[in-house]
Amino acid sequence: MGCSEKSTFPGCVKDAAGRVIHGGPVYLVFLSFFIVLFLAGVVSGVYSLFIEGSRHAYGTYREIPLALLIATYIFFVVASTGLCLVSSIGHVFGNRDFLPIAKRSVLLALITIISGFLVIGLEIENPFRMMLYLFTSANLSSNIWWMGTLYMLYMIFMAVEFVLLMRESHRIAAFFGFLSVLAGVSAHSNLGGIFAMLSGRDVWYGPFLPVYFILSAMMTGSAFIILFSIVAQKLRGQGMNEDEQKSLALVSKLAMLMIAAVAFLTIWKMITMTTGGETRLITLHETISGSHAFSFWVLEVACGLIIPFFLLLLAGGRRLGLMTVAAALMIFSIFFMRLDLVVMAQIVPLYWDMGVKEFSQLHTYAPKWKEILVAFGGIGFCGMAFLLGEKIFNGFSENREAEAVESTEPESE
Amino acid sequence: MMIFKTLHTENMLGKSEKISEIDRREFLKIGLAITGVFAGGSILSVASAAEKVFPRGSIVQKYPYRPHYAMVIRVDQCIGCRQCEKGCIAANAVPDYGWRTKVLEKEVPEAIGQKREFIPVLCNQCNNPPCVRSCPVTATYKDKNHGIVMMDIKKCIGCKICMVACPYNARYFNEEKGAIDKCDFCLGTRLSRGEKNVACSVYCPADVRVFGDLSNPQDRVYKLIHQLQKPVWVLKKETDARPNIFYMKG
Repeated sequence: MGCSEKSTFPGCVKDAAGRVIHGGPVYLVFLSFFIVLFLAGVVSGVYSLFIEGSRHAYGTYREIPLALLIATYIFFVVASTGLCLVSSIGHVFGNRDFLPIAKRSVLLALITIISGFLVIGLEIENPFRMMLYLFTSANLSSNIWWMGTLYMLYMIFMAVEFVLLMRESHRIAAFFGFLSVLAGVSAHSNLGGIFAMLSGRDVWYGPFLPVYFILSAMMTGSAFIILFSIVAQKLRGQGMNEDEQKSLALVSKLAMLMIAAVAFLTIWKMITMTTGGETRLITLHETISGSHAFSFWVLEVACGLIIPFFLLLLAGGRRLGLMTVAAALMIFSIFFMRLDLVVMAQIVPLYWDMGVKEFSQLHTYAPKWKEILVAFGGIGFCGMAFLLGEKIFNGFSENREAEAVESTEPESE
Repeated sequence: MMIFKTLHTENMLGKSEKISEIDRREFLKIGLAITGVFAGGSILSVASAAEKVFPRGSIVQKYPYRPHYAMVIRVDQCIGCRQCEKGCIAANAVPDYGWRTKVLEKEVPEAIGQKREFIPVLCNQCNNPPCVRSCPVTATYKDKNHGIVMMDIKKCIGCKICMVACPYNARYFNEEKGAIDKCDFCLGTRLSRGEKNVACSVYCPADVRVFGDLSNPQDRVYKLIHQLQKPVWVLKKETDARPNIFYMKG
């Protein structure tokens, strides 16, 4: 826990609490802000689900039952899977240049998956029943069942992996890291599968989404690592060491590659949507020149893909300011990519092709503020846990030396 | 742009205002595509259509359930009085924010004679139900005896994936039940109490909705479907849900 081996556990806790309390005014302001966001989100979600009822509190309805909160959940689990995958390049698959980012990435992966679970817990109507029936009444043909179960395993593996990494047991940590990767990729592709296997939904149906989700996860994970590593460095108030800088430069190259891959997939998704029926064509029309054109062109394409790509190119892995802006833009825009991915496939009514009066208008969706608060609650938890983690584990600084020593040991490990 | 030409030329984005002749022809094709599914107990030339509705390998006399509940909607007989909706609401305590069945209205101003058509819709009690496959906790299931897609409301976690999975928009979240609600062919409120017909059919003054047992050759539903003279079709056959709600005219 960022304290020496001779320290007792209460001593470590005391030290960690001291570091949090003496984190400085800016740190404490941000920490308080995120705590307030987190609490507000939880209160809003609990009130919406159990008192007011989601029909009144949330902007979802019969025709668009999945929206902002599902998108937020996807955003977080995509980030978590990405963080797990990118960090595994170093400590699971042996590329030592990625090692310096491993611990923070694993912790962030854990934080983001918990943020995702928090949001989904405040989205589904009966979260307590889920805890019971997911185990006692499993449906093995359901992608949600597989996703939920695998993500729980993933979270457990990640937690064990993190503890082992902190105890410098790198070999066993690598094994659990490998299990995390397996569970994460399986869970995440099942998340894509939830949508990809709905034969009644033209826009989602097909093998595209599971593949897209994995590549998109790597892109998101890279952005998270860049942004949070740089913020962590600011928190420490020290310059970034050479190894860390080298790692970050590699992650930024990976981010560029993944941006290119996601752009490529997006282009082909758009092109293929010109065929295959009216629903797909109308969705494409709304995306690129209709009501969602701003979200698509400005947020998804410009802020999410093109600008970050060139900023990262310009930064060359060294100019941290540019990299920060690029990563922040990516994270912000990826959120809207998720929202569009979820909502756009539901805007064309299912009975549209029959030309009936009742379903002659495209469905629209606008989130309500209680729903937005729940999404912010997830962001609040993520920010809060990150800030606390950095101080509790002392910016992962005391372990770097050991890591460097271990990394020079023979490959036989 | 070129790719959106069809949307604009055929006015697909403003369908409700004016239905083009092309649209009308497209709609009619739905019926023609699966016309004449059965003839005298054997599967006809459009065998693939029958295969799409019933599990592969099944023959006409051998339906998966006994009774195999199904409904034939004689769509041209519907006068749009919506008594079926009222009957359903009364029988099943459907709240005002939800529906289990609905009568959709289509206007065809260019048509000669009758210019309006009513199309009742409800849960299609599919043989290959996407909602059942997607539910993570088997809260919705296909009953092994009569094939009705049921809800076990105490298990429903309210994830709403079944609502998205259903190609027929047949599900909604019922606040009072704290679970997804849907048509169960009045099993809970009528059939289990010895009634032979569902509420929407009972309330219909025009004999539009014919409910019955598809596995019984003496049943009216069986007879209506197993004939060649009139086209019989299902909605959204391309989803491979294999519905048990059939549409026909006459």
